[in-house]
Amino acid sequence: MWRYLIPIGLFAALVAFFYVGIDRDKQTLPSPLIGKPAPQWQLPSVEDPAKMVSSSDFAGKPYVLNVWATWCAECRHEHSALLAIAQRGEVPIVGVDWKDDRDQAQRWLQQLGNPYVANAYDGEGRVAIDWGVYGAPETFLVDSQGNVVFKHISSMTMEVWERDFLPRLKGNGTSR
Amino acid sequence: MIVELGHFALILAFCLALAQAFFGLGGAALRKPHWMVVTRRAVAGQFVMTLCAFLSLAYAFNVNDFSVLYVALNSNSQLPTFYRFAAIWGAHEGSLLLWLLILSIWTVAVAARGTHVPQITISRVLGVLGFISVGFASFILLTSSPFERLWPAALDGRDLNPLLQDPALAIHPPMLYTGWCGFSVPFAFAVAAMLEGKLDSTWARWVRPWTLVAWLILTIGIALGSWWAYYELGWGGWWFWDSVENASFMPWLIGTALIHSLAVTEKRGLFKSWTLLLAIAAFSLSLLGTFLVRSGIIESVHAFASDPGRGLFILVFMGSCVGGALGLYAWRASLFRSNAGFAVVSRESFLLMNNVLLVAATGLILLGTLYPVFLDALKAGKISVGPPYFSVAFLIPMLPMIFLLTLGMHAEWKRATFNRTRTLLVAAFVAAVVIALILSLAVYEWHSLLTAVGLIAAFAVALSALIEPVTRLRQGHSLSAGVLGMSVAHFGLAIFVLGVTTVESWHHDSDISLRPGQSTQLAGYDFRMNSIRDVTGPNYDAIESEVVISRAGKQVAVVHPQKRTYRVQNSPLTEAGIDAGWGRDLFVAMGEPLGDGAWSLRLQYKPLVRFIWLGALVMAIGGLIAASDRRYRQRVTADAAVRARHAETV
Repeated sequence: MWRYLIPIGLFAALVAFFYVGIDRDKQTLPSPLIGKPAPQWQLPSVEDPAKMVSSSDFAGKPYVLNVWATWCAECRHEHSALLAIAQRGEVPIVGVDWKDDRDQAQRWLQQLGNPYVANAYDGEGRVAIDWGVYGAPETFLVDSQGNVVFKHISSMTMEVWERDFLPRLKGNGTSR
Repeated sequence: MIVELGHFALILAFCLALAQAFFGLGGAALRKPHWMVVTRRAVAGQFVMTLCAFLSLAYAFNVNDFSVLYVALNSNSQLPTFYRFAAIWGAHEGSLLLWLLILSIWTVAVAARGTHVPQITISRVLGVLGFISVGFASFILLTSSPFERLWPAALDGRDLNPLLQDPALAIHPPMLYTGWCGFSVPFAFAVAAMLEGKLDSTWARWVRPWTLVAWLILTIGIALGSWWAYYELGWGGWWFWDSVENASFMPWLIGTALIHSLAVTEKRGLFKSWTLLLAIAAFSLSLLGTFLVRSGIIESVHAFASDPGRGLFILVFMGSCVGGALGLYAWRASLFRSNAGFAVVSRESFLLMNNVLLVAATGLILLGTLYPVFLDALKAGKISVGPPYFSVAFLIPMLPMIFLLTLGMHAEWKRATFNRTRTLLVAAFVAAVVIALILSLAVYEWHSLLTAVGLIAAFAVALSALIEPVTRLRQGHSLSAGVLGMSVAHFGLAIFVLGVTTVESWHHDSDISLRPGQSTQLAGYDFRMNSIRDVTGPNYDAIESEVVISRAGKQVAVVHPQKRTYRVQNSPLTEAGIDAGWGRDLFVAMGEPLGDGAWSLRLQYKPLVRFIWLGALVMAIGGLIAASDRRYRQRVTADAAVRARHAETV
C-alpha cells in the first residue's frame, strides 16, 4: 500500500527543507547582489503619485534602502529602530513601500512617524523583484559607488545597525 | 537557591518523563502489569516536579531576582505583580516551561479520567505523552534553560515587552498552549491504536471528548489573541495572517476536521486511517506552531544563527515525533481499512467534503507561511505572500464549505434523502436570502456580491442550525448533548461569518487632525476632542485625550485613548479608546502630535465587530456541550468488567 507512505514522504521533504534552511543560516547566505551595482529604479513616491523617486537621486552617497509594507507585522516592530537611525543622521534611509495600499501607507507614516528621506511606492513589486526581495522587511546598504554592500533580512534593530551596518558604512566613508 | 532547586526539579521531571515513556511503552509491549503501574506513578511525579520548577521560576519573578538572566531580561521592579507572573511566559524559555507544565497537566488528566480505558492502551498513551515530555524537558535543559544565573546580577530588569502587558494577552498564551498541548492526547491515542493494530468506535469515543476540549480551549485562545490585536495594536484590525497567527490557526483547522472525522469513525466505523492521520497532523502543527511562535524560524530566518543547536534540536525532535508516527502509519494503516460503503449523497460524504476542504485550507495557509523557508532552501526568491494571498486562498475552500454545512447538518447516514427536513431547509435558505438582501440594501448600503453571498451563508447556517433543536423540542423529544453541541457550534460559526462579512464590508475609518475643542463626523457620529492631558501609570507615562462621541446631538460615549511610553524600554504604545456595542464599535486611537496642540487621530466605525469573538465563544460553548454528552462518560459497570478481563489476560 504505497499510498500510506505519502504522508511520511511529504514530511521528510519538509524536514529536508528545514534542515537546509538551518544549515544555510549558519553561513548567512549572502544576497547575489552583494558587491554588485544596485539595480536602477524609478517609482512614484508614496506621498504624491505625481512625484517620482529614483535611484539616481541618491547616487554618489551611501544610502540605506528599506523595504516595508503596512501589512507586515515585523515592519511595525522595526519602525522605532528606523526612526532612531534616521535621527542619528548617519545615512539617509530610502523606503520602498512594497505591494501595499497607498492610503494605508500614508496613514502609517503619519501615525508612526517618518524615518525616510524619500519613500517609493512599489505597488506591483516590480522593483522589489530586481532587488531579490522575498519578504518584508529587508534592508540594503548601498555605498557611494552605487554597489550593494549588505543586506539584512527581517526586523532592523539598533544591535544589527551597530554590528552590521555601521562598520561597513564607516569603511566606505574612509576608503573614499 | 530556590532557582537552583527549580532547575533540579526540572531535571527530575525529565528523568520521570523518561521513566514514564519507557515503562509505559515497554510495559505495554512486554505485557508487564507492574511496569504499567509504575507509569502512572511516574506521571504523578513528573507533574509535581514540573510544577515545582515552574513555581520556583514564578518565585524568582515575584521577588525580582535579577540575578536570574531570564528574569532580568523579561521583568522589572516597576512591573505590576500580575504582569510579573505573566512575564514567566513572556519569552521563549519560560513559555517552553509552561508548555511542559500544561502537557503534564493533560497527562495527569488522561491518567485520572482514563480508568475505563484498558490498561494496556492507557499505558501506551501515557508512554507516548512521556516521550513528548522527554523532548520538551531536554530541549529546555539543553538549549533554553530559564534558570541560568547572571553574574553580577542586574540592578534592574529590562522589563516585559509593553505589548504583552495586557490582561487578554497575559492569558492568551496559556490558553493557546493548553489547546495545542491538548492535541497531544488524540495524537498519543492514535499512536497507541497503531501499535495495537486495533481501532473501533470505542476508541473514537475515548478520543473525541479530549479532542473537543482541546479544540474549544484553542478556539478561545485564538479569539483572545485576535481581540487583543484589535484593541492593543492600535489600528483596529482583528486578523493579520502573520505567521504566528497562522501557526495557531492551522492546528485549529485540522482539529476541526478531526472532530468531524472522529464522528464518522465513532458512528460508522469509517475514515479510520484518515482520522489517525488528522490526529497526527493536528499535533504536528501544534508542535510546529510552538516553535514558530517563540523561536521565529519564519519571521527572521536568521533567528537560529545565534544558537544553531536549537534549530537542530527542534528538527530532530519533530522528526522523531512526527516522523515516527507517520512511519508507524505507513506500516499499520492498511489494518484499518473498512468495507462499509455510503452513497454519494450521505452524511459521510458531506463530512468527507468538510475534511477535504479544511485540509485544503490548511495546506494553502501552510504553503503561504513556509514559503520563505522553501525559497531560502531553493535559492529562488521572486514571489511574495501577504494578506491578499491568504484572504483569497482561504475563502476559496471555506465559502463552499459553509454552504455545504447547511445541508450536511441534516444529511442522514449512509444515504441522505432529506425527507424530514427538505421543506424547512428550503425555507431557511429563502429566509437567509431575504434577510441578507434586507441587510445589504436597507440597513447598510449595497457593497458587493461577495458581501451578499457571505451574509446569505451566515444566515443559512444559523437558520439551518436551529432546525434540529427547534423541531425536536417542539415535538417534545429530548435533545442529546451531542446534537445540541453541534447546533450551537454551527450557530457560532454563523455569528462569526456575519461579523466578518459585515465589518469587512461596512467599516468606516478616517485619519484626521484635531485640536482640543474641534470635532469631526464619521458614519453619522460626531467625534469631539475635549482635552488632552498627561497621565502616569505604574510603569509608563501617557498622553490621554478625551473624545466625546455623540449622534444627532445626543451624547453616546466618552472615550480616553492614550499614547503611552513605557519607561524602561522607552517604547511607545497606543491604547485605543473604544466604545463597544453589539451593533458597532467606535474606535479612537491617537497618532502623532502635529504641533500647536493638534493630534492626528484614527477614528473607526466597526459594525458588528463583536460578533467575530462572540461567534468564536459560541463555537467553544458548542464544543463544551458536545464533550459533556452522556455517551462519553464512564459507564462504570461495563468498564469494570472490561478492566477485570484485561487484568486476567495481561
